[in-house]
Amino acid sequence: MSAGLVLAGVSYRYAGALGAALAAVDLRLEPGRVVGVAGANESGKSTLCLVVAGLAPSVIGGRLDGSVRIDGVETAATRPHELAQRCGLLFQNASTQLSNTTATVLEEVAFGPCNLGLPAAEVVERVWWALRAVGIEPLAPRDPARLSGGQGQLVALASVLALRPSYLVLDEPTSELDPAGTRLVAEALARIAGETGAGILLVEHKTEVLAHIADDVVVLERGTVALSGPAAEVLADPRLVELGVEPPAQVRLERAVRAAGLEWSAALAEAIE
Amino acid sequence: MTAAGSPAGSAAWGSTAAVPSIELEVVSFAYPDGTRALSDVGLRIEAGESVAIVGQNGSGKSTLVRHLNGLLRPTAGRVLLDGRDVRRIHVARLAGLVGLAFQNPDRQLFASRVSAEVAFGPRNLGIRGPELDERVQAALADTGLGAEAATNPYDLGYSRRKLLALASVLAMRTPILVLDEPTTGQDARGVARVRDVVARAAGEGRTVIAISHDMRFVAESFRRVVVMREGRVVLAGAPDVVFGEAAWPELGAAYLEPPLAAVAGARLGLGATPTESAFVTAVGRRRGGATAGGAGAE
Repeated sequence: MSAGLVLAGVSYRYAGALGAALAAVDLRLEPGRVVGVAGANESGKSTLCLVVAGLAPSVIGGRLDGSVRIDGVETAATRPHELAQRCGLLFQNASTQLSNTTATVLEEVAFGPCNLGLPAAEVVERVWWALRAVGIEPLAPRDPARLSGGQGQLVALASVLALRPSYLVLDEPTSELDPAGTRLVAEALARIAGETGAGILLVEHKTEVLAHIADDVVVLERGTVALSGPAAEVLADPRLVELGVEPPAQVRLERAVRAAGLEWSAALAEAIE
Repeated sequence: MTAAGSPAGSAAWGSTAAVPSIELEVVSFAYPDGTRALSDVGLRIEAGESVAIVGQNGSGKSTLVRHLNGLLRPTAGRVLLDGRDVRRIHVARLAGLVGLAFQNPDRQLFASRVSAEVAFGPRNLGIRGPELDERVQAALADTGLGAEAATNPYDLGYSRRKLLALASVLAMRTPILVLDEPTTGQDARGVARVRDVVARAAGEGRTVIAISHDMRFVAESFRRVVVMREGRVVLAGAPDVVFGEAAWPELGAAYLEPPLAAVAGARLGLGATPTESAFVTAVGRRRGGATAGGAGAE
């Protein structure tokens, strides 16, 4: 019995699908760490999120082989409402996350904690903490149905944070955010991991974000782990491009300069820091 | 229609009319709940221009582009296509002029087959038979969905549903193409496809307008960048101007950041290098012009 979210030899096939969406995946997420997941479209990133959060197969069906353990307990043996408190999942399409039952952002973010049956004072405290963490306190009185795409995404993220799960599984939380919003969310996630000890699994196409906050990075290809290791090493791996992943801007610029037959000087390295 | 300035290549999208210019005249818009989304926006987009619209989340970008095809009507001001108020253009006609791909594909998709989804738009424009088939095939090929014609759209992952939404709009071959965050959720290949779609449409003389948070895509694929902040246009110009050092304070105020290539170029005193290729060229020029060992930075 050890702390951490551990996948061992995990394969998963959607109901009715011919091939496996994930095959023989091993992955380890320790409390307080951020593990980034990258990969081409349809490489299995979102499926991995569903499996890690326990929605696949318990809610959407399909067939799972191998072991998914959260702090030593198999997710298959955990009831969904208990699992939801251990592991929070943010969907890729934020608009599918929102409850569509609330009149204000404040109530929307309070929806989850209220359902946990927490005392009102704690719900309120958590809601404001979550809104502050993603920098959207001014949106509190707004109608969730009348937000921009990026604002909706931040509200969905705050709603998951307010549940204070031990592990967070985030499927492209910054996809619709402006650069400043992306930076804010990245910094908030790093802080949450550091301060609350939450383990964060972060699917992200923006490799700059992973370079900034991920401890380790896993790259998926057709449902299998193609690369995995410390973030800096994986993100500088020459195979990244053929795996359909854009290297971070720093890596791209250095490569482009070298490819032009020019020396990569210390001054250039400093200019991209 | 005078079609002033529109390239002669209009045959590229069949029988559609020449590309109209777009003009927003002091456009303001407030949503029914009172949220003011646009304030006195003035913007002219010539026929055949490629324009990126950037700005913080909630700055009014999506609201602005929804005025171009009549989905939203200004609370004040006018939207003109070739000088004609869009209020006076019949919705069906407007649909043939301005194609808009939504940010969220699920607001747009509804058919049970990918091919039917893509055929829906051109069919509504009266296209039938071999031309309809040709348009569907071409749009699917351009978005890399050629093998998915018979698939149910909801069996596609999010990124490919977004490409499908793009294909549906491409098949209409409208002279004006409006894309709301076309690269979100796309991997490197998907972004490259979107970049190709934009380049091809612009090359055919169509007007392409895209909202994006991807500053690299913006700098590489668009001739003009329009910066929005709190419902207003605060900055507009070519990428080397908008991402140039002099504009950084204004960009920062709009919660935007220039691409790394632009930042690195400015730090090294290389001038405006909004794209990575411009950066490499400038580094090469500096080295070439410098005497031995003189490749230093400021």
